[in-house]
Amino acid sequence: MAAPARLIVDRHEIPHLGAEGQAVELSLRIPTDLQVVEEAVDLVARHCLASGVSPRAARFVVRVVLCEALANAILYGNRLDPAKTVEVRVHLDNDTVRLHVRDEGAGFDPTTIPDPTAGDPAGADKGRGLFLIRQLVDDVRFNERGNAICMTMRRA
Amino acid sequence: MSFTVRKDEARGVVILGVDGQLIVGNRHDLKQKILDAVEAGERKFVIDFTQTGYIDSSGLGVLVSLAKKVREAGGDLRLAGLNDDLRTLFELTKLDTLFTLVDSVGEAVAAF
Repeated sequence: MAAPARLIVDRHEIPHLGAEGQAVELSLRIPTDLQVVEEAVDLVARHCLASGVSPRAARFVVRVVLCEALANAILYGNRLDPAKTVEVRVHLDNDTVRLHVRDEGAGFDPTTIPDPTAGDPAGADKGRGLFLIRQLVDDVRFNERGNAICMTMRRA
Repeated sequence: MSFTVRKDEARGVVILGVDGQLIVGNRHDLKQKILDAVEAGERKFVIDFTQTGYIDSSGLGVLVSLAKKVREAGGDLRLAGLNDDLRTLFELTKLDTLFTLVDSVGEAVAAF
């Protein structure tokens, strides 16, 4: 299937296991195009805000970490290949916001990314995005291949 | 999302406003505007973040690169109007040691 020219959005409610109410999941399929990052981030942030996520988390944390993850997926994962796409899933329940971002690249080993604050911060040209993600959310996990990241924020 | 450019003629300071966000999709626009101004002989720059929602790591990277180029040319680049969240990004990455962060554009311009 050819990559979409614009992002594709799907929203659905799912049964919330073990608690009252429902969880909501938003899925986006995003073309490998840096110009679409802003639109995708804005859409997800507004969805989080409308779902009761705190304004600071929705307007700042979600935007920064999703922007970082999408940029990494497009630049280093899909390597700007327009035939590839990036998949985003946003899962909201009563306790957490989880942002999943998966690209179609070969993956990477996150343990090899240097700490950009370890030496001269002005000299660091790699790792600042992943560093910010780790600082701003409560939990960060990668799949074994290293082409998908899951960022979890606890809802206050 | 857009950038505005104006100049304080009395003090010879170019002021660039970031309206929206400074991220991977628009960082090159800001970089080019400042490099063009340096080429044209400008040396004093203030970037106004009063209307900025967020900055990503590539935006931070561009600011680092620009500060280096402007200083190599004998000038300086100062950052103004950062809210608490944006300041946090600079503090977490220790880039607050590299820049002069001031509360307002007026303060930044006056300090040149």
